[in-house]
Amino acid sequence: MEDNILMVTGLNVKLQNQQILDHVNFTVKRGTTLAVLGPNGAGKSVLFRSLLNLLPHEGKVEWAGKVKIGYVPQNVAVSDIPISVREFLLIGKNKCDPAAMLNLVKLNDPKILDKRLGVLSGGELRRVLIAWALVDDPNVLLLDEPTNGVDVGSEEPIFLMLDGVKKTRDMTILLITHDIHIVQEYSDNLLAINHCVTFLGKSAEIASVATQRAIYGEPVCVETIKSEA
Amino acid sequence: MVLEKMALVGDALSHVALPGLAIGFLFNFNPFIGAFAFLFVSAAVIWQVQRMTKISFEALVGASFTLALAVGIILIPNVETLFEALFGDITAVAVWDAVAAVVIAVTAILLTRVIYKKLVLAMISEELAISKGIDVAKTNLLYLFLVCTVVAIGIKIVGTLLVGFLVIVPAIAAKNLSGDMYKYALYSSVFGAVSAFSGILLASYLPTVRPGPLVVFSGIAIFAVTIIVNWRRKLSV
Repeated sequence: MEDNILMVTGLNVKLQNQQILDHVNFTVKRGTTLAVLGPNGAGKSVLFRSLLNLLPHEGKVEWAGKVKIGYVPQNVAVSDIPISVREFLLIGKNKCDPAAMLNLVKLNDPKILDKRLGVLSGGELRRVLIAWALVDDPNVLLLDEPTNGVDVGSEEPIFLMLDGVKKTRDMTILLITHDIHIVQEYSDNLLAINHCVTFLGKSAEIASVATQRAIYGEPVCVETIKSEA
Repeated sequence: MVLEKMALVGDALSHVALPGLAIGFLFNFNPFIGAFAFLFVSAAVIWQVQRMTKISFEALVGASFTLALAVGIILIPNVETLFEALFGDITAVAVWDAVAAVVIAVTAILLTRVIYKKLVLAMISEELAISKGIDVAKTNLLYLFLVCTVVAIGIKIVGTLLVGFLVIVPAIAAKNLSGDMYKYALYSSVFGAVSAFSGILLASYLPTVRPGPLVVFSGIAIFAVTIIVNWRRKLSV
């Protein structure tokens, strides 16, 4: 493994008789960010759940020793639960300093601590979830669409913040995203899947047409769609 | 149960106790021991069937409560006894029953505190809870047993038909006013206690009316007030 923090070999996942992941192989180097890209239903979230051992799977998922994982799921149900941000962070770890955790994710208004999770804006909620994942001082972060439900303008600051946290804490990040710009700017390597691996390489290669074709198939021309309509 | 979006499960579970009560009446032992036994066995069976079939808790409890109601009505020897089982009578509670209820309630509160964090995390995201090493299925089973315990205690006061009130109404009233889980737990307990005491007090002035329905009326009045307070608070923001 040496400087690999994760090695996945021949990962197969079948759910309700459907092959969701088919012989997926990849490695992740310590201290890097791997972006996971792919169409809806391609098996990205299932991949993360397999990495966390939440799903039955075949094949090998080998984490390097002494790995501590923080996880931010794509969806959480908070609208109906009267829990404050402070209480939520303390559920993560009894002796954490909730205000310091919020500062870490660049939420500097102390009033947020006493707000209900359900009334936070999309951006605030995602930052609180990231703070929660960081509470245990992990060395790996798994982020399943960390800007899900966040407006376009608020997305980039979240990735900037994540990049800063990653550097100061020397972490490895695996993130699922649909945003090619985010892949280019904030990740080192790219894993594209559509049940099987369709691309594995440097994130910068996403700019090439050949790579995009490998990930998305033949490009669709906007003019063609208009003229057909 | 309210936060788990299973409010009516708590209500329906109460009816599952009916055959247990009936067997107690028939064989001359404390009917509430029968109710406890039936509730716990039913909860374990429902939990296991849910895990095997993935059918929702609500549907399974719905099926078992109608079966239990049918069996209970056949087994209960006479109309008067059936009436007592359905609507309860707090004035008929013996001292030792009351002591047992307090001890059981305190134990239930302490156990809930032990699993509180696991429960809340699983409500927010089951994946998040499992990723933290929490056995969500076992936590849910323990929680279901605790609900059964609360329901069994409540049956004596308001009967099987109205005990759902104690599980649902104080909790939704508290939810209207709470910004955090601490206040939610505190207000729920206070509203439940105030409803019970005021209902019983009212019954002492109205000897022809049973306390059970009056407890429910008091609770609903508190709930209505919390709706107005919450509504006014939202208007003032």
